[in-house]
Amino acid sequence: MQLTKENLLAFYQTMVTIRTFETKAAELFAAGKLPGFVHLYIGEEAVATGVCANLTAKDYITSTHRGHGHLIAKGGNVDLMMAELYGKATGYCKGKGGSMHIADVDLGILGANGIVGAGQPIAVGAAFACKYKQSGAIAACFFGDGASNRGTFHEAMNLASIWKLPVVFVCENNMYGISNCQRDHMNICDISDRAAAYGVPGVTVDGNDVVAVYEAAAEAAKRARSGDGPSLIECKTWRWRGHFEGDPATYKNPEEQKTWIGKDPIPRLAQKIVELGHAADADLAAIADAVKARVAAAVAFAENSPDPLPADVLTDVYA
Amino acid sequence: MKKMTYAEAIRDGIRVEMNRDGNVYLCGEDVGKFGGCFGVTAGLVGEFPGRVLDTPITETAIIGSAVGAAAAGLRPVAEIMFIDFTGVCMDELFNQAVKMRYMFGGKAKIPLVLKTICGGGVAAAAQHSQCMEAWFAHIPGLKTVMPATPADAKGLMAAAVRDDNPVIYIEHKQLLGLSGDVPEGEYVVPLGKADIKRAGTDVTIVAWSWMVHRALAAAEALAKDGISAEVLDPRTLVPLDKAAILASIAKTHKLVIVHEAVKTGGFGGEIAAVAAEEGFDLLDAPVKRVTAPDTPVPFSPVLEKAFLPDEGKIIQAVKELF
Ligand SMILES: Cc1ncc(C[n+]2csc(CCOP(=O)(O)OP(=O)(O)O)c2C)c(N)n1
Repeated sequence: MQLTKENLLAFYQTMVTIRTFETKAAELFAAGKLPGFVHLYIGEEAVATGVCANLTAKDYITSTHRGHGHLIAKGGNVDLMMAELYGKATGYCKGKGGSMHIADVDLGILGANGIVGAGQPIAVGAAFACKYKQSGAIAACFFGDGASNRGTFHEAMNLASIWKLPVVFVCENNMYGISNCQRDHMNICDISDRAAAYGVPGVTVDGNDVVAVYEAAAEAAKRARSGDGPSLIECKTWRWRGHFEGDPATYKNPEEQKTWIGKDPIPRLAQKIVELGHAADADLAAIADAVKARVAAAVAFAENSPDPLPADVLTDVYA
Repeated sequence: MKKMTYAEAIRDGIRVEMNRDGNVYLCGEDVGKFGGCFGVTAGLVGEFPGRVLDTPITETAIIGSAVGAAAAGLRPVAEIMFIDFTGVCMDELFNQAVKMRYMFGGKAKIPLVLKTICGGGVAAAAQHSQCMEAWFAHIPGLKTVMPATPADAKGLMAAAVRDDNPVIYIEHKQLLGLSGDVPEGEYVVPLGKADIKRAGTDVTIVAWSWMVHRALAAAEALAKDGISAEVLDPRTLVPLDKAAILASIAKTHKLVIVHEAVKTGGFGGEIAAVAAEEGFDLLDAPVKRVTAPDTPVPFSPVLEKAFLPDEGKIIQAVKELF
């Protein structure tokens, strides 16, 4: 598979957008501007980017409590996202959902999710709908290493495999479920090994290498689109921040943290782009500057937006 | 007596019971080295080696295994991080834990405490903010505990651990930092005994958990208007201290029930029914309920404020009775 200059630059722009959006969110949260819980994806940008680059607006995703990156990679609007983080009426969910529940159903984004593992069967259902309607669309399901221990993982994988559904299971293995590290919460090294139990292909890739993620997801998406059923992709990565903003993450080994920050997926991609002669450092810096301005505009949009009206608490309960 | 926060009091309650009975153990997600999502169990892992267990994200197995361990002679305190996540393990609770004794003709006991936390007010949105106590109170065989003060939190934890039945022990996020006098050492608040948190003569306000404090604030404000409100905290919904509620109504002849859970099917309806069935002649006015509206919990602080029952809504409901 030959990735074009356009592909690589698009990856770069998406990853930088996620990083910039979230760095800003961290800052805003620390300044007391964002209510509720905020879980950041910083360090894991290559996963959402590489997977979603294989999806169109017709395809579906299910996301997690750490969902900003998935939304941006699937084409979510940063103004509406930022307004939702502020709880404003102009946000994606009119202020009813917040960071942990952002959705854009028109873009196939069936929601971030506050319940770990809940998205797995939902993605299976969306994939079933794609198959049933013969729409040619597929579903991708993002979840963490911790979520792969939930019963939903087993039930979703099994159902998707017997029904040969077009779904790509993407395990974002950042090696922690809050304070619980992988070696304490499972007895295996590679979560992709679990695929064998369902008769489904499973691969492990470097989740900090957007090209590796892209290629594995391309293969899984192709399989899904051609009627061959689900796949499991495990992306080994690392979350730089605490579990949520405010968590000092004392349970993490600082050495490991340092090593992983050294594997930052963004400069790695930048280096590749420059080496291939697709762009110069200055071009990449220009992309980053444009993204920064875009995110600043999103913050301004959110700050200038109205709060919801108290009476709106009663709307949207029933269709 | 010692000043403690509600969170410290819960921890002390668990600690005392673990020291008392070697069959008590604590398990759940992040309860050990992380000390619990809200710090409630901080430090216990060091005090009780092998008896404070961090589990994977595995709610069905947390409660299911606790049922098995309890049936086999242990006394688990099993934490589900937020009450909203009990949906994941409901079968283990409402088809297994609570039915074993009955279905086995009384030949088993399941001394299991499901420890969890409820409530809103922190913009945690719809999947981390609910008050689901009515679900649990509706399950025969399960006891439902909702402490409102540090002392109650400690004493009710002890009673829950010592009880031979499955008990759901529901903390509230808003109360964790609340400080108060707590008896040191062994201290038990029996299940099924209400507490008059403020005496009064003109109206009975029944409230539990966080809403006790909003009811107390409303009662203070009402006093300035010459209305003497009694605030009764049932502390446990199952068993329910009906006698205390009826005795209070006999004194005040008016009843307002305040809960943070949504109205329809809420436990306030049960208390209203008790008043109507067993205290009809004592009442001088219709029973009032102050609750959240029948919607999921919204995220935005503006919306959440509109959602939650507060002092103003309680005062208004009380005044409508006069
Ligand atoms: C059913 C359920 N159990 C527990 C939680 C609390 N919780 C939120 S995120 C999380 C850790 C998730 O770990 P993982 O799936 O590896 O995702 P990561 O946070 O690492 O991205 C936990 C335990 C929850 N939200 N839902």
